[in-house]
Amino acid sequence: MLRFFRPALNRTWRFLRQVSGDDAYERYLRLYAANQKKHRHQAPPLSREAFFKAWQDEKWDGIKRCC
Amino acid sequence: MNKTLQLLAWFAVAIVGAAAVGGIALHRGESINALWFIAAAVCIFAIAYRFYAAWIAARVLVVDASRATPAERLDNGRDYVPTNKWVVFGHHFAAIAGPGPLVGPTLAAQFGYLPGTLWILVGAVLGGAVQDMVTLFLSTRRNGRSLGQMAREELGPIGGFAALVGTFTIMVILIAVLGLVVVNAMKHSPWATSTVAATIPIAMIVGIYMRHFRPGRVLEASVLGVVLLLLSVFGGGYIDQHAFLRGLFDHDGLSLAWWVIAYGFAAAILPVWLLLAPRDYLSTFMKLGTIFLLAIAIILLQPEVKMPALTQFIDGTGPIFGGSLFPFVFITIACGAVSGFHALIASGTTPKLIASEADIRMIGYGAMLLESFVAIMAMIAATVLDPGVFFAINSPAGLVGKEAADAVATISSWGFPVTVEQMEILARQMGEATLFARTGGAPSLAVGMASIFGSAFGQHLLALWYHFAIMFEAIFILTTLDAGTRVGRFMLQDMLGNFWPKLGQTSWYPSVLLTSAIVVAGWGYFLYIGVIDPNGGVNILWPLFGISNQMLAAIALSVGTGILIKSGRLKYAWVTALPLSWLVLVTTSAAWEKITSDDVRIGFLAAANDMSAKLAAGLLPPDKAAVAPQLIFNQQLDAALTLFFVVVLWIVILDMLRVSYRSLSGKPVRPMIEAPYVQTQLDSAWVRD
Repeated sequence: MLRFFRPALNRTWRFLRQVSGDDAYERYLRLYAANQKKHRHQAPPLSREAFFKAWQDEKWDGIKRCC
Repeated sequence: MNKTLQLLAWFAVAIVGAAAVGGIALHRGESINALWFIAAAVCIFAIAYRFYAAWIAARVLVVDASRATPAERLDNGRDYVPTNKWVVFGHHFAAIAGPGPLVGPTLAAQFGYLPGTLWILVGAVLGGAVQDMVTLFLSTRRNGRSLGQMAREELGPIGGFAALVGTFTIMVILIAVLGLVVVNAMKHSPWATSTVAATIPIAMIVGIYMRHFRPGRVLEASVLGVVLLLLSVFGGGYIDQHAFLRGLFDHDGLSLAWWVIAYGFAAAILPVWLLLAPRDYLSTFMKLGTIFLLAIAIILLQPEVKMPALTQFIDGTGPIFGGSLFPFVFITIACGAVSGFHALIASGTTPKLIASEADIRMIGYGAMLLESFVAIMAMIAATVLDPGVFFAINSPAGLVGKEAADAVATISSWGFPVTVEQMEILARQMGEATLFARTGGAPSLAVGMASIFGSAFGQHLLALWYHFAIMFEAIFILTTLDAGTRVGRFMLQDMLGNFWPKLGQTSWYPSVLLTSAIVVAGWGYFLYIGVIDPNGGVNILWPLFGISNQMLAAIALSVGTGILIKSGRLKYAWVTALPLSWLVLVTTSAAWEKITSDDVRIGFLAAANDMSAKLAAGLLPPDKAAVAPQLIFNQQLDAALTLFFVVVLWIVILDMLRVSYRSLSGKPVRPMIEAPYVQTQLDSAWVRD
């Protein structure tokens, strides 16, 4: 039973994390690592706290909610 | 074979949809089951999405899945990010669906269930969803440009300026009317007031948790917040029973309005992470959860709609707002049918996340259909109430009388029987002292939702369900208020920065304080007037909001029509020109009536003149005479504002026609500024992980 539901539950959990931004930092790190091969960044990646602050400030800069 | 089966299935959907719409349109009995509404909406939306939206995407817009989107080309991991289409759909829907689709249909129910329902269905399919999808497409092709930028670059500086000014004024009116809805739900209700007040520290706790305690753990923090919110609904019940605590939260409308104004200012200058962002998570989760629950409850319970299909108020004498069916039902229900505001989300924000142009139909057209579905549910929740109860909750005291006995006598004389005892029992069940004259839609919707939830999940919890519904509406009204004030501030700083660059710096604190104060004073003024107006304020503010929102929609559709014609697709331009013509007709005639009507409940100037005459003749009681000069000035201001909206609208239309005419007659026009074609490199499997 559990084996049957596990993939669906996993997918739902991943979706929830992504849609809420819970995994935004992990995604950022992955993108950073992928780009690192191409560009050779000078600066190290942002810390979780710094990333989250920047992400949130950017998210609320503009019209983000409607009527 | 497979194709034949599909064809048969769609044929069946069409038949069921037609039968459901025919059923609700022609039914003239005591009551009609709400499932008919759900069936009509689901079938019509399915057909519109499968055929009309697909045709627009393929033929009119010619979406190209092989073309790299700005999210792919400009991917920076922050605002430009190619994202799974369901995730973008979630973000886009959470952004466009606010309290509007809940309030508008509730108010429009004064005409009966039919006009509003038909307008929601037709307006969304042919107007609102088309506007959202076309704007989303155009902005995606232009690196996520905003509506104002597109208007400026494709039509000219006049169109751009109109879009900017339109957006700013609509924001001010929107926040004022939403503030009024919250105030009317909280006045002399310690339970509602304390619960709504508790959402502020709860949001802050969540904010601090996400910022410092466990950075970025959005889900954990949201679960914590939702649990605290539910506790605050219980806690409100306790406060309501407590003699001393009750007094702390028992206020009249005016003092609550001042609190809301003070809150708005504080929210605009506090950092986003402390209040706005965490509140938004909470309101989004609450919104999605409650709407889902309401849909389940309606399907399980299949409540009977008791409001007649049409009421006598289609002649314009309605108690909630004055004005006849045409054009006012189309102004009252903006969100849920066509909402110009969506064009601001569909340009600028969402396009930066879209991984493939193939997703545009689902996100642009589909999300609007879902919002429209929410509007249908709000219509159901309002019309399952006894019509007498619905009118008793929503009719302002200035119209039906301050005393309960007068109010029920007036409402019963309209042919909607209701008694004082019935209202008292209902108020007691809902844990309120009174439900009379709670104009604005939130309380009647909450009573409707509470009775639906109560029947489905437990009758003894009615008071809890009622205050849960009030909290649910208040929390995202306050989110819109916070976010709107902040956007107004940014726009004002941007404008003022042209005159004194320092004022344009969004991080310079004196500028932040000054511009926040100006924006809050703007909507605070209309909120204040709305609260002191004995006719309830909603009568004035909601039509003004509707007109301004439809004006913005007309601007967005003008941009779309202009670009379609410029790009040589004249034969398809009717797709946007049709809803545009309708909106121009509706907005202009509504504005005309609001300015010139002799009826004091419709015409702003008629009301101002009437009150001046009464004031001069000494006919007003002292309390009304004291505020009369303010109300007179406000009516004149509203007339001027309405005129301004219509003038802006016509300037944009004429500008669009000028550009189209030049383009068709081969004269030079501004070039299209579409970003050049780049082949997508994106592995769609990567985005969809």
